[in-house]
Amino acid sequence: MTEPTTSPATAAPGPAYSGDAGAAATAAGAAPGDARAGTRTALGGARTAAPVGTPTRMTQGSRTRGGIGESTLRPDGTLKVTGEFAYSSDMWHEDMLWGQILRSTVAHAEIVSLDTSEALAQPGVYAVLTYDDLPTEVKNYGLEIQDTPVLAHGRVRHHGEPVALVAADHPETARRAAAKIRVEYRELPVVTDEASATAPGAPLLHPGRDDHHAGHVPHPNIVHRQPIVRGDATAAAGRADVIVTGEYVFGMQDQAFLGPESGLAVPAEDGGVDLYVATQWLHSDLRQIAPVLGLPEEKVRMTLAGVGGAFGGREDLSMQIHACLLALRTGKPVKIVYNRFESFFGHVHRHPARLRYEHGATRDGRLTHLRCRIVLDGGAYASASPAVVGNASSLAVGPYKVDDVDIEAVALYTNNPPCGAMRGFGAVQACFAYEAQMDRLAAELGMDPVEFRQLNAMEQGTLLPTGQPVDSPAPVAELLRRVKARPLPPERQWETTEGADVRALPGGLSNTTHGEGVVRGVGYAVGIKNVGFSEGFDDYSTARVRMEVINGHPVATVHTAMAEVGQGGVTVHAQIARTELGVAQVTIHPADTRVGSAGSTSASRQTYVTGGAVKNSCELVREKVLELGRRKFGSHHPAWATAELLLEGGKVVTDGGEVLGDLVEVLEDEVVEVEAEWRHRPTEAFDLRTGQGNGHVQYSFAAHRAVVEVDTELGLVKVIELACAQDVGKALNPLSVVGQIQGGTTQGLGVAVMEEIVVDPKTAKVRNPSFTDYLIPTILDTPTIPVDVLELADDHAPYGLRGIGEAPTLSSTPAVLAAIRAATGLELNRTPVRPEHLTGTL
Amino acid sequence: MRVTFTVNGRRQEADDVWEGESLLYVLRERMGLPGSKNACEQGECGSCTVRLDGVPVCSCLVAAGQAEGREVVTVEGLADHARRRGDRSGHTPGAGAGSGPAGLSLQDARGWTARGTGSRTGDAAALAPIQQAFIDAGAVQCGFCTPGLLVAADEMLERNPSPSDEDIREALSGNLCRCTGYEKILDAVRLAAARQEPREPQSGGARP
Repeated sequence: MTEPTTSPATAAPGPAYSGDAGAAATAAGAAPGDARAGTRTALGGARTAAPVGTPTRMTQGSRTRGGIGESTLRPDGTLKVTGEFAYSSDMWHEDMLWGQILRSTVAHAEIVSLDTSEALAQPGVYAVLTYDDLPTEVKNYGLEIQDTPVLAHGRVRHHGEPVALVAADHPETARRAAAKIRVEYRELPVVTDEASATAPGAPLLHPGRDDHHAGHVPHPNIVHRQPIVRGDATAAAGRADVIVTGEYVFGMQDQAFLGPESGLAVPAEDGGVDLYVATQWLHSDLRQIAPVLGLPEEKVRMTLAGVGGAFGGREDLSMQIHACLLALRTGKPVKIVYNRFESFFGHVHRHPARLRYEHGATRDGRLTHLRCRIVLDGGAYASASPAVVGNASSLAVGPYKVDDVDIEAVALYTNNPPCGAMRGFGAVQACFAYEAQMDRLAAELGMDPVEFRQLNAMEQGTLLPTGQPVDSPAPVAELLRRVKARPLPPERQWETTEGADVRALPGGLSNTTHGEGVVRGVGYAVGIKNVGFSEGFDDYSTARVRMEVINGHPVATVHTAMAEVGQGGVTVHAQIARTELGVAQVTIHPADTRVGSAGSTSASRQTYVTGGAVKNSCELVREKVLELGRRKFGSHHPAWATAELLLEGGKVVTDGGEVLGDLVEVLEDEVVEVEAEWRHRPTEAFDLRTGQGNGHVQYSFAAHRAVVEVDTELGLVKVIELACAQDVGKALNPLSVVGQIQGGTTQGLGVAVMEEIVVDPKTAKVRNPSFTDYLIPTILDTPTIPVDVLELADDHAPYGLRGIGEAPTLSSTPAVLAAIRAATGLELNRTPVRPEHLTGTL
Repeated sequence: MRVTFTVNGRRQEADDVWEGESLLYVLRERMGLPGSKNACEQGECGSCTVRLDGVPVCSCLVAAGQAEGREVVTVEGLADHARRRGDRSGHTPGAGAGSGPAGLSLQDARGWTARGTGSRTGDAAALAPIQQAFIDAGAVQCGFCTPGLLVAADEMLERNPSPSDEDIREALSGNLCRCTGYEKILDAVRLAAARQEPREPQSGGARP
């Protein structure tokens, strides 16, 4: 039970690199990518030895050009397949302690007493902290509304809320000590849905709200409300030949990223702290962490450690502040790693939703109107709820032309687990409902469901219900055409010469059927997702790009704070730098807070916004390099002054292809460096009464066709194929684009047939916080996912690209549901579908 | 207690091990081998998969003491393991970046290998065929599931050099991936199998 005696050797990343821009001088002349190039033993006031696992720069050369549009491979790929890539849970520091969080065992209670004395007396325990130990007046944090206590103060509002912290010399010591903290709860009535949250006398989750939504919500247990009213839905309903109403329920989904919340906080001699952590947005974390610690932001130095997936679940803070508090209190490095059980309580989930929809259509298949009400359960704290409401309401109609709408979306405060960002938020829940409605309308009208959608599909120029025109290609009908035109997978694929291969059947190796009672169904869906932060948010990114000659070769270094969470941003940044600067070698600097904010790795925005920032900074560097060239060689050739000049293949060339000079000679020993912010077009807030406003930046469209086979006797579903067509604007890296689409599709499949955090409606406690009971698709559950990529440029975006990560998660779920409905004839208004929903044994 | 076992061909020893510590914990925290991953620590996700005397196991479910005196192969030793297997079976496997056939069934991976130019991109590292195939096929995104999948897939290819898709799915069904949707993982395993096909016997394959 003492500290590790074997010093980890093989994982040592070599000399510490904690470089910043100032490292440029020392790096020059050394081999690029050699960790020693940037060796610096310490930052001002920091500890002398960097932890094992500290990220180092990655240099990638290219044999071919390796620019945009090519499927260049990940610069971190080799590290990831050899086990050398250091994730946040792999960080290690000599003499480090382990932090453990004690969480509430009940959902809503007053904390009557809290006794830490026995825990503190345990051998090996260095600190036990509660609310009373917080160092400043700032004791809450939050993305938009600072309503989340760092540690509970007198009251817990959801199951698993952090109550106390322990630091000890072994994780098991810390866990056992945490179990010895005595907390006496007096349970309070729980609020779990709209009825209980807004009932007369309902307990208020946050009495005395003064946030900027408090003034316009109808009840203090409603975080935010956004109506969108356009045209006259009542009058339009009068023109309808058929009216279809439905009530839909969307379950609570977990991001279930595989890398647990984790990180290492190292106290520094200057009183600050160095924090290595997995997150989606370093600067947003920093803005929330520093005030609670009572430190200026420059004394909280954050570095992105390896991130094992995110999907929205790392947009909020988890262990960041807790690790820093323990490190500052003990004066020792503190590592916190959640286990999977704790991870289910340690991050926000996808909002469960109830959606009531009414559509009308004329006999010839034209939509007349939409009335809908979307109720999202935000749980105990606000997190991203306001933005989820904005997306759900503004995209409630889907990718269809409907002029007369009456839409309302609200997010609740309840005692359920807090919900916030997850891939496609707001738009995912709405898509599930409107696509079910489209199928029902088509059935009412006796029309083909794809043709009905195509008839009403939005196009470039269509006005959204917010009044905003869609000002780039919107190939909704074409995407549907493409998935429909694809040949269907052959029937009875399970049949082999040796009998049924049960692995190809519902139930799989459980050997529950050899084809008896198995029925096939096919379903379609299409969706629309906004890209980037909407509603007037100043959504920018920053890139620092340096160009210099190292060992006789021009090398570009790209430094951003972008969180690489697996999406391949680092790959794309290198491609952009090669394209813009004509170099073969690009070094990706570790992401940290020593460069300006990159914004979040969410909302499908990073390739657009940080990609745009890298492109912009490269262009500024290029201008400076050309200026150098003009000064040195301008008199040698008139084209220096007259032609449009490019950097290609390590040379300065004219747009006609004539070589004017070598970058090595132009640069010599000069280092050209630019750090610049870059913004996409501004957006505006939605009007709080009408919802009108140019709130979005860009849209992303995907369509799916699902083919399922259902064992109707046992209620088991096997998805046979899940084909996707998506417009990506421009595929900067086609291999990565397809990977994103397949991954997003599979998360949509998960919430169609298996994934749901089950919360007890009486106690508001989570019933299934484990991978044993919360199921995510395995390779056996996941079908083949053919992808058809369309590239219709959005002229407003860098290279015409579209953010792609989220759209496939929208339409995948309703396509699978539609296919199951087609196979079974059941209504199925809730997702995920469970066997008992199909067998009538609920 | 003290535990001693062989990891990737080298004898390793750890002192002061608490009896409740898993093999995974000892590998990661006491032996400096964090390549095996800790995604669930419940035996559900497979990210901690290692070979214990040749058999793939979830190292989170193995008590460190159970490994006493035995042989463990982790992702860190996978390239070596594949090389030794090749030596034993009397031929040189296609280990190493770009040494396999250049033409992939995946056009996007064609003509490109993941060679870095710096020490940190593993340029010098010879990779096992399955490792190279994961890179080439785009089977790595966040990479957290990758080490366990590599160990499991390599073991399957050892037993079954020409697996059908259903065989691959069955063999990897204990390894969760949240990023890729598994398609590119299937591609990678098919690719690794195809690359070793001319060199491996059609049936049986090399057994340890």
